[in-house]
Amino acid sequence: MSDTHAQSVAFVRDTMLPEQEPPATERGVIKWLRENLFPDWINAILTLVAIYFLYKIVSGAWPWFLNGIWSTDSLAECREILQGTTGACFSVLTERWNQLLFGFQYPNEEYWRPTLAFILLFVAAAPLLFAMYVPRKVLIFTALYPFIAFWLIWGGTIIVPIVALVGFIAAYVAFKQFERNSFAAGLGAGVLAAAVVWYVGGFLSSAMSGVLALPEVPSRDMGGFMLNFILGTVCVSLSLPIGILLALGRQSSMPIIKWICVVFIEFIRGVPLITLLFVANVVLAYFLPPGTNFDLILRVIIMITMFSSAYIAEVIRGGLAALPRGQYEAADSLGLDYPQAMRLIIMPQALKISIPGIVNVAVGLFKDTTLVSVISMFDLVGMIRGPILASTEWNGVYWELWGFAILMFFPVCYGISKYSQWLERQLATDHR
Amino acid sequence: MKKSVILGTVTIAGLAASAAAAATLDDVKARGTLNCGVTTGLVGFAAPDANGEWDGFDVGVCRAVAAAVLGDPTAVEFVPTTGKTRFTALASGEIDMLARNTTWTFSRDVDLKFEFVGINYYDGQGFMVPKELGVSSAKELDGATVCIQTGTTTELNLADFFRSNNISYEPVPIETNAEAQPLYLEGACDVYTTDASGLAATRAAFENPGDHVVLPEIISKEPLGPLVRHGDNEWGDIVRWTLNALIAAEELGITSANLEELAAGSDNPEINRLLGTEGNLGEMLGLEADWAMKALMAGGNYGELFEKNIGENTPIGLSRGLNAQWTDGGLLYSPPFR
Repeated sequence: MSDTHAQSVAFVRDTMLPEQEPPATERGVIKWLRENLFPDWINAILTLVAIYFLYKIVSGAWPWFLNGIWSTDSLAECREILQGTTGACFSVLTERWNQLLFGFQYPNEEYWRPTLAFILLFVAAAPLLFAMYVPRKVLIFTALYPFIAFWLIWGGTIIVPIVALVGFIAAYVAFKQFERNSFAAGLGAGVLAAAVVWYVGGFLSSAMSGVLALPEVPSRDMGGFMLNFILGTVCVSLSLPIGILLALGRQSSMPIIKWICVVFIEFIRGVPLITLLFVANVVLAYFLPPGTNFDLILRVIIMITMFSSAYIAEVIRGGLAALPRGQYEAADSLGLDYPQAMRLIIMPQALKISIPGIVNVAVGLFKDTTLVSVISMFDLVGMIRGPILASTEWNGVYWELWGFAILMFFPVCYGISKYSQWLERQLATDHR
Repeated sequence: MKKSVILGTVTIAGLAASAAAAATLDDVKARGTLNCGVTTGLVGFAAPDANGEWDGFDVGVCRAVAAAVLGDPTAVEFVPTTGKTRFTALASGEIDMLARNTTWTFSRDVDLKFEFVGINYYDGQGFMVPKELGVSSAKELDGATVCIQTGTTTELNLADFFRSNNISYEPVPIETNAEAQPLYLEGACDVYTTDASGLAATRAAFENPGDHVVLPEIISKEPLGPLVRHGDNEWGDIVRWTLNALIAAEELGITSANLEELAAGSDNPEINRLLGTEGNLGEMLGLEADWAMKALMAGGNYGELFEKNIGENTPIGLSRGLNAQWTDGGLLYSPPFR
């Protein structure tokens, strides 16, 4: 074919022209600037105004960072060195960083324990968060993690968490044994087995209190960002399953279960968290006789978990309501019973829809843990507002301390949010 | 494990409910530590230092009581309380005594069923203004914006003061002292009002304390003191007389420097009675004979505690004023040890 016109056409180009550079306004930085920053007059003006403000902020804050002082013993010394020039007094962080992270009562030589628990948390969470990349065997470690973490952070003999673990295993075995008869019998047997194991184990652990014992740290000594993290992690991981149960219970056709769930959810949602915390701290103390010591952190965990599970229940109910009726009917027509239908068909879809809402609650809950400072627990905010700002050395340091708090909270909350977006993309099976 | 703790707690709760806890002294001795309620942090009065050790003027009272009862000033479990949780903590028995710059008022004493055992600091509400405002008296503050902590007696005192002087003001409500400081410095309010000791501490923390003045008017009485529950008078006596011992020791010239020497015996019979070399005052309280000596060894007498924590040589720089001994024109007046 190519020879067809060989005689009739005077000239045929047989090579491509070299590619020309695009015009200067249509390439590289200039194109990007034109398209994004100066597409028209209004945007150009807005860009200039924004640049002006950015310049003001940076030029104002920069000397503050640059002149920062890291090694004095008090704010007064900082001011003496600065002699009126702008400058931060970061010495408060170098002197009190351990109090900000662990609270002021956690023994110094034991800091490695919560730190190790923190690192292990990532190992334990990996198979749950990145199920497709992590071998399933790691899940065994995840199941053991709560007991390991408890032992590491609170200390005491290792027998206590082991007894607790054995109790759960016994309950599971008993449940499996009697589940064939009926669900209620299984549940009863499980509770009974756990109670027996824990009762016997109580004597065992007090008799063998020296076995592999770490120095004990009472709950009252927990504080700083560690406390926020303990509360956040425990409450989020507890409130998710409870929230699912509440959401299902609310949709149940059994009136008693339904009404218990409805009343619980509506009551908890109708009460501010801070009220619940006051109840945990103050009112419960009236009901318990003097001298009984019902662990304060445990009380707070129960209250925050109740609070967030009510919210998560409503989020998941939204997910359930969004599923077409056909999905339920499809499950029924396959002959699946209720637990199977929920586990295999309904929940995977409903949870996927609910992810943004659940993450919203989780992030909010994590930040709400700072409310415990109001009931005189020394979390990160409590440490700043109470002991540190009230010490004669550091009375008057604000920006540095609150900046540190931002530095602690932002990465965690942003990380949760980024993870949830990634998870949504992973689970996207529909056609968008 | 947690479940077992709960179940155990409930069981013990049921058992213990029948045995009413009246004898706080026995509880404290059995426990080996004194549970003392303090603030979550107030400059000079109570705050943990870099090593987590509590220190301050109110803390000194706790340590003195612990030393008197248990012989060890470090045998104190400090229970931090906020303004909102302090009274329930005491009423529920979570703490044995509260030393948290708490104002002694009628309703707290009578209606809330507490017993104020004495006064360890006479405070009063004052005003602080920037010097450049050119104000020399609180009566010139007509139309000023005032930073004020909400829900406190200071709020009510302020309203009373301005009304009785027939001048107007605009309140700027704030939550805590720490919040007031930057607001006042940024000029969000012309005047900051709170207890005079708090004003002094706040002013001391400023970059240029000289630019601000505390006005001479003190518009309220704020007697601050430790308190215990109603119903256990023996325990109340112990806390009351430990505080009195600190005050009387200053009056009698007993300091931590000459304590050992005087404890060997002196010519003054009251000193001898106080330090336990004469009479049986300790036995009457149900304590050791040298209870007051141990209390004084904890942190010195009242004057020494004052100078060390909030006195003129500290950054807070409070003068004794009303808190001087009655012999020096102040209000401190301990009943005799006889």
